[in-house]
Amino acid sequence: MTTPSASNEQRAINDEPIVSFAAIERSFFGVKVLKGVSFEVGAGRVVGLVGENGAGKSTLMNLLGGVLQPDAGQLRANGRPYAPKNPNDARAVGIAFVHQELNLFPNLSIAENLFLTDFPLIGGGAPWIDRSALLARATALLHQVGLVHGPETLVERLPPGERQLVEIAKALGADARVIILDEPTTSLSSRECERLFALMRQLRERGIAMIYISHALGDVLRICDDLVVLRDGERVGGGEAKEFTHDRLVSLMVGRQLNQLYPERRASRQVGSDQAAKQAPEKSAAPRLAVRSLSQPGIVRDISFDLAAGEVLGISGLLGAGRSELARILFGLDPCVSGEVRLEGRRLDGGPRRRIERGLAFLTEDRRQEGLCMEASIADNIALVTLSAHGRTPARWLDFTGIKSAVSRMREAVRLSPKATDAQAVRTLSGGNQQKVVLGKWLLAEPKVLILDEPTRGIDVGAKFEIYQLIHQLADRGAGVLVISSEIEELIGICDRILVMRQGEITGEFRCDEFDREKILGAALHSSRA
Amino acid sequence: MSAPNSKPFLRLLDFAPVALFAAVLLVFGLMSDKFLTVANLLQVLVQASSTAVVATGMTFVLLTAGVDLSVGAIMFVGAGLAGKMALGGQPLPLCLLVMLGVGLLGGAVNALLVTRLKLVAFIATLATLYIGRGTGRWITQTRAMNLPDSFLALGSAKWLGVPLPLWIAGAVILVAQLVLTHTPFGRQLYALGNNAEAAKKAGLRTTRLLASVYILSGLCAGIGGILALSQLGSVSPKFGELYEFDAITAAVLGGTSLFGGRGKVFPGTVLGAVLLKSIFNGLVIVQADPYLYPLITSAIIFLAVLIDGLRCRLIDRMERRKVFGS
Repeated sequence: MTTPSASNEQRAINDEPIVSFAAIERSFFGVKVLKGVSFEVGAGRVVGLVGENGAGKSTLMNLLGGVLQPDAGQLRANGRPYAPKNPNDARAVGIAFVHQELNLFPNLSIAENLFLTDFPLIGGGAPWIDRSALLARATALLHQVGLVHGPETLVERLPPGERQLVEIAKALGADARVIILDEPTTSLSSRECERLFALMRQLRERGIAMIYISHALGDVLRICDDLVVLRDGERVGGGEAKEFTHDRLVSLMVGRQLNQLYPERRASRQVGSDQAAKQAPEKSAAPRLAVRSLSQPGIVRDISFDLAAGEVLGISGLLGAGRSELARILFGLDPCVSGEVRLEGRRLDGGPRRRIERGLAFLTEDRRQEGLCMEASIADNIALVTLSAHGRTPARWLDFTGIKSAVSRMREAVRLSPKATDAQAVRTLSGGNQQKVVLGKWLLAEPKVLILDEPTRGIDVGAKFEIYQLIHQLADRGAGVLVISSEIEELIGICDRILVMRQGEITGEFRCDEFDREKILGAALHSSRA
Repeated sequence: MSAPNSKPFLRLLDFAPVALFAAVLLVFGLMSDKFLTVANLLQVLVQASSTAVVATGMTFVLLTAGVDLSVGAIMFVGAGLAGKMALGGQPLPLCLLVMLGVGLLGGAVNALLVTRLKLVAFIATLATLYIGRGTGRWITQTRAMNLPDSFLALGSAKWLGVPLPLWIAGAVILVAQLVLTHTPFGRQLYALGNNAEAAKKAGLRTTRLLASVYILSGLCAGIGGILALSQLGSVSPKFGELYEFDAITAAVLGGTSLFGGRGKVFPGTVLGAVLLKSIFNGLVIVQADPYLYPLITSAIIFLAVLIDGLRCRLIDRMERRKVFGS
C-alpha cells in the first residue's frame, strides 16, 4: 500500500486493523503447530481466541509478543509490517500481555511494578527516582483500573484478581493499543471476573483492542466482539461473536479427526473394570486404588474415585484444572488436609518412597526435569527405582550382573531402540525413547498402580502407539492405570473410563459406552459463570 | 490459606536479628561492666566498619541470588599491592586508589565470569578467591609487612569527634541504601533477584544489572580493605581471610535472603555486621576461651541460614499457585 500524503497515511492507519496475522506458519521440531492462520484485530474490538489445549493459541501469541518468530506468513501492526525479535519490540508498538502466570514481582510495590523499566526520575536526568511523580502516576493508573490500594502496597499482599488488574494497569501505563489476556479468569472469583469484564468494556470504549484467550466459553461469548476458533493449528471458524452459540463453538473446537490410531484393547472394554477384577480372583474385592474425599484448599476439592485392577482410567480436563496436582498428592509429593487414599484396601500414607514400596508408580508430566537423570545412562535410569533391591547382603554391594539382565529385560519389554547402548546418556535419545526409559524404570518395580501424567506429550505417532500398547499390557496383567491427558481423543482411544476435572473438582464421569468428545469437553469447560 | 499462622510467624522471623542483638547487649552487659561503655561500643562500631562495608557490597550480590566469595581475597591483593607501594615510598593517596582499583578489577573479573561465561556465581568467585589469594601471596612473598604510620593515622583520625572509618563506612552505607531504595537500578535488582526469567521478559537489562553487582561488591571489598588496613597497620598472609563469610553472615543475619530479592542494607546488613562484631568484642572482654570462637561463629551462621530458610519456605507456601480461587 502506498500512502503519498500524511493525511492519507493517517486515514490508512485508522482504517486498518491494529494487528493482523496473515497465513502464519510455525513448526516445532518438524511438527507444524500453526498451519497458515489469518485474522485481524481492529481498534476497540475484543477478539476471543478459543481452541483446545495445543490448538496453537499460545504459539500464536508468542509470535505476536516477539518470543518466537514465524516460519512463514506476515504480521502487521499499526498498518506496517511487524517482525518482533524480542518482547521489547512488541512493547514498542503497543502490544501488552497479561499472562496466565503473572509476571509481577511480589517483593516490589504496585507502583514499582508498574514503572519498573520506566521510572520517573528527578529532573529527568538524575539517577534518582522521583517518588512523588511515581506515586502520582501509579495512583492515576490504579484509578483507571478501579484498584483502591495505595501504590506503595507490596504486590505480595494482593489477591490474584487484583494482581491481574495491576498487570492491566501496567499495560495502560505503557500506552498499549492491544492487550492480550491469556486465561485471565482461571484464578478469579466470579466477583473478580465481573470487575475484570467491566474494566474490559471501559477499555474498549477508549479504543483499546484486546485478544481474549479463555476456555470459559460462556465468558468468551459474553465479552467478545469477534471470535477466532483454532483447531490443530488451523483456523476452523471465526466471525462476529453474536453468530456463535456455546454448542457451535464446542463442536468447532472438537471437530473430527481420525488421524490417530489406538491399539485394540484385549480385555473386553464393554464390561470394563468389573470383568478385569474377576479375572484376578486371588485378589480381594478391594479396588487397586480407592480415593475418598481428598481435599486441599486451593488445589483439589472432595475428590473420590476407585481404580479397579486391570482398569485404565483417564483423567481429562483443561490445563490448570488440578489434574497434575492430584497426581502429586496421590504420590505423596504434596500434602492434603483431608480425605484418604487406600491401596488394595490398606491406607496409603508417607512420602513417595513408602508409596513406591507399596506398588505405586508415577510418570511425571515433565520427563526432562522430573522423570529422568538426563546426563545419566539408560541403564542407570532404568535401574534407579529398584536399585535398593539389587543390593547383595551383607554389605549391600550392587549386583551389577543382576542389574544388567534386568535392564536388558526392560529394554525388550518397552521396545527401546536397539541402536542405543546401555551406557548411552538419556539426553541423546528421542522423546519417545526417553519416555520408554521412564516407563521401563517403573515397570521394573512391577507397580500395582501406575499414574501417567501426559505420557505421550511431544512424542511421535509410532512411539505413542507403542506406549498405548504398554499401558494396555500392564492393565491386562492386573495393574490399575491412571492416565492424565489433555488430548481427549487419546483418552477415548485407550481408557476404560474417563473422569473429568475442572477447578480442582471431578465434574464428570464417563464409561466407555458413553464416550463423547463434546460431552467430555463440556464437563471440562465452565459453560457459564453465575 | 494453608497455614493461617504463617504471617505472624514471618514477622517474628523478621524481628529475630533485633532480638538477638538486644540479647547480646544484655548478656555481655551483665557479664562485664566494660562492655556497655561508650568507648567500647564506639570500638565495636569501628571494628565492624570494614565488615559492614564489605557486607554492603555482598548484599547487592545476594539480592540477585548470587554470592561473592572472592571479597576477602580481593582485599588481600589490594592491601599487598598498596603495602608494597607504600614501603617503596609511594604517596598514601595513590596506594589507596590502587586498592580501589584492585577491587573494581576483581569485581569486573567476577562479572565477566558470571555474565559472559555463565559460570555459577559460587564457583566463579571461588576461583577468583584462589586466584586472589595466590596473587596476594606472590606479591607479599608470604611475608608480613608493617606499613608506614600514615595508614594507622588514617584509622585513628577523627572528624567532629567521630573516627574516620565510621565516616567512610557511613557514607558507603548511605549511598548504597539510597541506590537500593531510590534508583531504578536498585529496584530492578530486587526484581531480578525475585524472578530472573520474568525480569528478562519485563525488558530489564539483566546482564548489565548482574555485572554491576559484582563490580560494586569488588569496589566495596576495596574500601573495606582500606578500613581494615587502617586499623591493623600491617599486611599479613592472613589479611582478609574469611571476610567473605563474615560478610555473608552479616547480610543474612540482617534479613537478606540467599535466594535473592529480599534484603536491606540499612538497618539489615549493618545491624548484622555490628551484631557479629559485638559478639566477638564481648567474647574478648569476658575472656572467653578462644577455642570457642569458631563454634560460636558457626552457631551464628547456622542460625542466620536457618532463619532465612524458614522465611523463604513460609513465603513460598503463601505464594503457591492455586487451582481455584477462594
